[in-house]
Amino acid sequence: MSERASSNLKPKRSLPYLLTAPATLLFVTMVLVPLLLTALLALNSYDDSVGIKSTYDLHNYLAIFGDDYYLRIFWRTFWIAGLTTLICIVVGAPEAYVLSRMGRKWRAFFLIVILAPLLVSVVVRAFGWSMLLSADGLINHALQALGMAPVKMLYTSGAIVVALVHVMLPFMVIPVWTALQRLDPTVEHAALSLNASQATVLRRILLPQVAPGVLSGSLIVFGLSASAFAIPGLLGGRRLKMVATTVYDEFLGSLNWPLGASIAIVLLVANLIIMMTYNRILERRYSKTLG
Amino acid sequence: MRRNGPIALLFHTLVVSFVLAPLVLVCLVAFTAQDTLSLPFAGASLRWFKAVFDHPDFLQSFYNSLQLALLSATLSVCIALPAGLALGRYRFPGRDALNGLFLSPLIIPSLVLGVAFMRMFSVMGISGSFFWLVIAHTVVITPYVLRMVLAAVMGIDRSSEQAAQSLGAGPWTVFRRITLPAILPGLSGGWMLAFINSFDELTMSIFVTTPATVTLPVRMYMYATESIDPMMASVSALMILITGGAMLILDRLYGLDRILIGERV
Repeated sequence: MSERASSNLKPKRSLPYLLTAPATLLFVTMVLVPLLLTALLALNSYDDSVGIKSTYDLHNYLAIFGDDYYLRIFWRTFWIAGLTTLICIVVGAPEAYVLSRMGRKWRAFFLIVILAPLLVSVVVRAFGWSMLLSADGLINHALQALGMAPVKMLYTSGAIVVALVHVMLPFMVIPVWTALQRLDPTVEHAALSLNASQATVLRRILLPQVAPGVLSGSLIVFGLSASAFAIPGLLGGRRLKMVATTVYDEFLGSLNWPLGASIAIVLLVANLIIMMTYNRILERRYSKTLG
Repeated sequence: MRRNGPIALLFHTLVVSFVLAPLVLVCLVAFTAQDTLSLPFAGASLRWFKAVFDHPDFLQSFYNSLQLALLSATLSVCIALPAGLALGRYRFPGRDALNGLFLSPLIIPSLVLGVAFMRMFSVMGISGSFFWLVIAHTVVITPYVLRMVLAAVMGIDRSSEQAAQSLGAGPWTVFRRITLPAILPGLSGGWMLAFINSFDELTMSIFVTTPATVTLPVRMYMYATESIDPMMASVSALMILITGGAMLILDRLYGLDRILIGERV
């Protein structure tokens, strides 16, 4: 690709820069500048009577990491995102495998059924779950009709996990599906014809091939779950806060912008670290299988 | 290809019902005739759809969202097209850095972007400006368009461009008559995808909208935190209808499965 790109059509040296100029302008003013302003804001302090004071120190970060209240929110966010990732692996990877073994027509149809909800607004999906799980929601109506006592489901971490899995599942199915597409079906046949058991085929052939897909799916699911806003906002209620809803409350509720900004920066940095670590692992795995 | 066993198919059925249940139920509940969330067994009615049209704030938000999505998707295509051509065709110093910068909104949580925009807008004194809301949406959706443009540009067969050139066509003619038609499916697919993403966006918008510029998802979120009544279900059903329509167009333009699985460049 690179030889083809450089050999013909000798451009003026400035042409690529001219073509990317509008995008560069947009992304510098709308990504780099705002993030820089937020990082600075996180160093300011807040006073109920004066508002934001332009002092510059790390006391907001110290406040977050020294306060049980915030640590508990970070810990809750971490385990909810982790559990969501785990369930997505357990459900999404086998589902991708089942899909890949379907006939052409059914496969195309169900692939769209599983993935299309990605494009439906997360508010709609969150509302769907709150409708199902609320105290006088559809599940409790059904339970009562069967003569059972209603169960409190809404505003529990269980509700958040269920809805997050619903939203995140496609992000696991896609990379696993892509990995399965690269798999040569004849290898599986060969193994079976050489008397390998179904379990051996799964362990020795499928899993190693699918692992990178699962890994990159987990990375996306974990990152998106840890920063999810609408789901914990609608299904966690006021008391069961996650990081994103806490930032929202700091900004629009208690108006302590510097503190909210520092929590957002911690979330951003944690997200970037996870992405880079996983990328590193992915690259190493790929180079191992290739080399 | 070996077939799925009964256990695999049962598992598949459960997964599909889990995926579809909340969406199907929302659509059913939207038709209830009662005052509470319930399935329309006792009789279907359109009263909750009518209720939506009696709420001017919801209608206003709908128009805001529609305008916002149309403008930002279009602007996004105008920016991603030249950038995609440059990144897809030329090697130049700083190319990887620019590529990373343009795709960065995909790995920055929308929440963080929302907070960052809110801060910048307040520093600049432009909070509540619809223009800047469009710009903010453009940044968030441009990576999707750029990926589609890049995939299309990489897929072009360069020989017809060279043929045109050798027959004396100028660079502008080559672009207009050959390059543009070749990448048009990717470009229009990218526009549609950007439109849907902007129309659905909640987490970033909730920080940068003001009462005059509230978008439909933000309005719905606010409403749903206060109360849950069947009107939310009918608004949701309308949202699903609009998204579904956009998906059909997207499928015709580009192929929905290709977009959803994404051709990584």
